[in-house]
Amino acid sequence: MNDHARFERRRRILYAWMLLSPALILLSRFAFIPTATTLWASLFSRGTRRNPSEFVGAGNYADLFADPTFAKVAVNNLIYAGVTIPVSIVIALAMALWANSRIAGRGFVRTAYFTPTMLPMIAAANIWLFFYTPGLGVLDQIGALFGFGSVNWLGRPETALWAVIIVTIWKEAGFFMIFYLAALQTIPPDLKEAADIEGTSRWTYTRRVVLPLLMPTTIFVAVNALINSVKLIDHLFILTKGGPSDASKLVLYYIWELAFAFFDRPQAAALTVMVLVVLGIVAAIKFTILDRRTHYQ
Amino acid sequence: MNVAILTYARPRLTLALDTVAGWTLAVIWIAPLVFAVWAAFHSTSDAVNFNLAGAWTLENFRTAWAGAPWLRYFFNSFLLVTVVLTGQLVVTTLAGYAFAQFQFPGRDVLFILVLLQLFILPEVLIVENYVMVARLGMFDTVFGIGVPYWASAFGIFLMRQAFKSVPKELDEAARIEGCSWLGVLWRVYVPAARPTYLAYALVSVSTHWNNFLWPLIVTNSETTRPLTVGLSLFAAPESGVNISVISAATIMSIAPLLIAFLLFQRQFVQAFLRAGIK
Repeated sequence: MNDHARFERRRRILYAWMLLSPALILLSRFAFIPTATTLWASLFSRGTRRNPSEFVGAGNYADLFADPTFAKVAVNNLIYAGVTIPVSIVIALAMALWANSRIAGRGFVRTAYFTPTMLPMIAAANIWLFFYTPGLGVLDQIGALFGFGSVNWLGRPETALWAVIIVTIWKEAGFFMIFYLAALQTIPPDLKEAADIEGTSRWTYTRRVVLPLLMPTTIFVAVNALINSVKLIDHLFILTKGGPSDASKLVLYYIWELAFAFFDRPQAAALTVMVLVVLGIVAAIKFTILDRRTHYQ
Repeated sequence: MNVAILTYARPRLTLALDTVAGWTLAVIWIAPLVFAVWAAFHSTSDAVNFNLAGAWTLENFRTAWAGAPWLRYFFNSFLLVTVVLTGQLVVTTLAGYAFAQFQFPGRDVLFILVLLQLFILPEVLIVENYVMVARLGMFDTVFGIGVPYWASAFGIFLMRQAFKSVPKELDEAARIEGCSWLGVLWRVYVPAARPTYLAYALVSVSTHWNNFLWPLIVTNSETTRPLTVGLSLFAAPESGVNISVISAATIMSIAPLLIAFLLFQRQFVQAFLRAGIK
């Protein structure tokens, strides 16, 4: 290898690092270092004027597991994920099948499905406030037509979380629809023709041909819905503030509350670490097992 | 003949059922928004009583407009999405170019580290990012809200994909013409990736126009607070504002993005698709 080629190669490597440096500096500052300091902060006690912060090892985690609010919040978030993910996927799929069929006014139908996606969570929450407010809310008015009494949807522990779940589904189903719609349009029309010639029923065709072909999209959408079930909490600030008595509190909201309302940074850090571990497991599954089957590479 | 009618009628029946079902869901889905728009133009008592004959009024908008510094909030949001997008375009273009067209040791490991950020969400790291932003003296500034999003893993990924599909011949031709590395990037790669840039810009602007939690944490004054945070303060139950006025404020805040979306629907949907699928 002559000197010139070696020099050229070194120069290219140097160049690559220079191009990457802004991204790497920013990623360290706002992703990697905060991840490390979160882990670090979770191992120390909360310092007060009298008791300076000291190393407590797993103490904060033990406290968290002993904290009834934590148990409540974890269960809430599991319900939140367990309901919003499958329901959003099924609705999104139905929307896509309809928006892709030859029904009249397809353009309007698509727009109607997708528009809530463009709203900020805060606006969506404000809009739904109209429906949930006891006495004057629209849901109560509709309920009154059928002889039901007034229900305080947001103020009752049995219904608050569900009210929050409905807003999330309303917000995200239309977004997932577009991925299904795009995937449906790649299915060759001859498959449908072949099924028609064979006299296959529509249900069988959908179940045996369409759904398997949409599998990669479903995985992609499910991973996104899972991430959303951690991330989408803005509407809590308007609708319930996690109440009543923590009935609708979700993990990220609790992290916010621990850190910025109770000023308990170590507890917030310990909870953050747990969320990061869960997301890390999801990422590992995604990159190792699922990637071969998704169109995301 | 009967058979012929049957096979002909069945698809038509299915289509009719599809139409009814598809439209029903569409009406249910859009109803809350339509109702909020309608309510914003009616008095509270008309709105909650479903009085369709009630008089149209702009009173709610007048009250809402007087209740908070909306013009400032609009400006702040506008400034925020500009700062975020500009920074993102520069940082992700440079990094995407490096990942797409350069060979260097550790490239693949580094790329996986970048992709990890898709899962280590900035939203989850709010506490320590707040500490970081405060330490850098950026608390309650537009840069404090925006800079953490500049090195978007998602953007780097998109740009890398777009640059990878640029034919090598174009690159070599430009090099022979005497273009520098940056010249090639600017003259060959960036123009070739124009659709990706448009898609990314639409996704980024709508994401950050709508973002709430992080701006809530790092802002503390009306000179930096974006619309979403302003709206949440305005609509907080403690503020005791009535629901029609809240509706008016909500409609006002979502109007710019919503109108842009309705006008350029195809581009927006394409953008989200491109961003998600590639």
